[in-house]
Amino acid sequence: MSDSNTAILVDNISKRYRIGLKDDMHDSLLRTAIDFIKSPIQNYRKYRSLYVFDEKDNDSNNSSSSIIWPLRGVSFEVKCGEVIGIIGRNGAGKSTLLKILSKVTDPTGGRAEIRGRVSSLLEVGTGFHPDLTGRENIYLNGTILGMRKTEIDRKFDQIVDFSEVEKFIDTPVKRYSSGMRVRLAFSVAAHLDPEILLIDEVLAVGDAKFQQKCLNKMEDVGQEGRTVFFVSHNMLAVSRLCERVILLDEGRVQIDDESHKVISRYLCPEGGSSAEKVWSDPAKAPGDKIARLWAVRVKNADGIVKTDMDIRKDILLELEFEVLESGSILLPGLQFFNDSGLELFATDDLDPEWRRKPRPVGRYVSTVAIPGNYLSEGTHFVHVSLTTVDPYIKQFFEPNIVSFNVVDSFEGDAARGDWPYKFGGVVRPFLNWTTQYQSRT
Amino acid sequence: MKTDRNTANSRNEKTTPDDVSVTVIEPASGWRLIDFKELKDYRDLFYFLVWREIKVLYAQTVLGLSWAILQPLVQIVIFTIVFGKVAKIQTDGTPYILFSTISILPWTYMSQAMTQSSQSLLQGQAMLDKIYFPRLLFPITPVLARLVDFFISMVILVAVMIYYQVSPSWQLLWLPIFFCMMASIPLSVGLWMSALAIRFRDVKHAMPFVVRMLIYSAPIVYSASSIPEKYRMIYSLNPIVGVIEGFRACLLGTAMPWQYIWPGIITSILLLLTGSLYFKRMERVFVDVI
Repeated sequence: MSDSNTAILVDNISKRYRIGLKDDMHDSLLRTAIDFIKSPIQNYRKYRSLYVFDEKDNDSNNSSSSIIWPLRGVSFEVKCGEVIGIIGRNGAGKSTLLKILSKVTDPTGGRAEIRGRVSSLLEVGTGFHPDLTGRENIYLNGTILGMRKTEIDRKFDQIVDFSEVEKFIDTPVKRYSSGMRVRLAFSVAAHLDPEILLIDEVLAVGDAKFQQKCLNKMEDVGQEGRTVFFVSHNMLAVSRLCERVILLDEGRVQIDDESHKVISRYLCPEGGSSAEKVWSDPAKAPGDKIARLWAVRVKNADGIVKTDMDIRKDILLELEFEVLESGSILLPGLQFFNDSGLELFATDDLDPEWRRKPRPVGRYVSTVAIPGNYLSEGTHFVHVSLTTVDPYIKQFFEPNIVSFNVVDSFEGDAARGDWPYKFGGVVRPFLNWTTQYQSRT
Repeated sequence: MKTDRNTANSRNEKTTPDDVSVTVIEPASGWRLIDFKELKDYRDLFYFLVWREIKVLYAQTVLGLSWAILQPLVQIVIFTIVFGKVAKIQTDGTPYILFSTISILPWTYMSQAMTQSSQSLLQGQAMLDKIYFPRLLFPITPVLARLVDFFISMVILVAVMIYYQVSPSWQLLWLPIFFCMMASIPLSVGLWMSALAIRFRDVKHAMPFVVRMLIYSAPIVYSASSIPEKYRMIYSLNPIVGVIEGFRACLLGTAMPWQYIWPGIITSILLLLTGSLYFKRMERVFVDVI
């Protein structure tokens, strides 16, 4: 069933909860009094029923009001050394899956196998006690996370170094600032040395700088060839850390594929390409009585809608919208973000013809070309907005409406030349270099 | 940029050795026994949990561990005045201070350990929900941690015994049995009650006053000989009776009252077995129900 290269094997895992703890409302004093007398028996039944299920509750498709199925038959396999992301909306089953794999809770059905030493991090600083000193909490938290005492002895100095709280290591943690506490907690977690790491996005807590540090550390962990199972809401973190992503929806695996494909599917659930968003029903389209958005498209230089864009060629962004009420000056705009969530640039439609002219009723298509050799490789997300001028009022604003990938075909004629490895930067201009040569003679 | 191509290739070549540990996750069914091997694997954590419990209880107190002496001491003094001097309870010739010291020290331990052990899972809710380790560690931890207080409070006993010039006899060799019995009672109650408290918070309200009542269920302030003979068997089913009578006989060197002890040993073993079975059975739904 599983070969030696499998790190995590999940086979048809499902999980059921009973949530039917609804309190009855009383409409009269008498009813309240009667219920008060009867309540011990009712309460007993109610609390007893919390984990007792009968036959008809066994069917995961049967949606009884008091029973929920956060997971309904989830299966997948993770290879050793893979960094895999789990995304999905609230209630899609992400956290439940993580809790099952961490053994915090048992599955209702199915089976999972984890091969190798596992550490799970559902939060940092589990078991931290405010009355204990930093030193004592390192040992306590470390052993809670599954380290041996000897292992902590060995790594103690590194942990303290990383946390930057040497001076206060023998002070009770309750005297720490919250930032110091988080740093200490994270540095214990960062020195875990598992083969498989199950991790929740809540880990990326604290200020922006610290979040960055956490993400960097996790990236390192992934590149050391360890298996990382990363549950997150944050598309940007997922697309940065993971090669493969599983999208959960209502407790089922919806897609399991390369990260950019899954993410764009998640962002554009209607199907089709993440490079195109069309509203077929005008009533649901963004906008109001002045103007409505009809479609946003990403096209390549040949005018074809595509998700993967050649880094060397122009990328066309097309906005189709309808003006329903004449007389307003309109300013369509786009904002571009990379997969780390950094806003790269914004651009507004400054077409000289329409820039200062009230627009009559009708359909408009605005297109902007982003030059080739401009954006860096990776996934880019586009926010779309339409503003009326004088006064400035946003008619609609649609974040992450389309996304596309900039891909380098490694033919040596883009900015990376023949360099085959990581090539940094948020933009990738292809610049002219000049060389002056003087021979030695 | 996710990874460069080099590492992506080297990853696929990496193979896992055959001796890796495999964690299997399956729905648990029915009754389970205690996994002692797993408990052993977590011994370092166990050590730190017990140690945290000891350290935290008297954190930021002026008297620190002296509280472990002060609390029973005050109780002994009050009981001696109320039951010894005012109510003049019969103690078969033993001075009342000596009589009550021997019973109050184990009682203080048992009542505190019992109360804390029963609340252990609820108090550990934050951890329970976030990380896995054997759940048994929760109720066991206070049972062990409070032993430290017990040993410290023995100072009082030694002082009282020296004052009354009680010399230890060979009977003292029986003490380990009663010591184990003494520790097993809060453990069994803790296993039962902590697991029940997850589902029914009534335990939280009932425990403190039930424990206060329990003091009268055993010969702590009075002598067991004042119980009519025909009720002796039922009375002795309470294992606390056996512990207290056993401690008295060991320390005072009087004849071992086995008729008070055997029934208690049997019930304490039963309680411990059923408690651990019930705990292990409920273990898998703790997180879902809490």
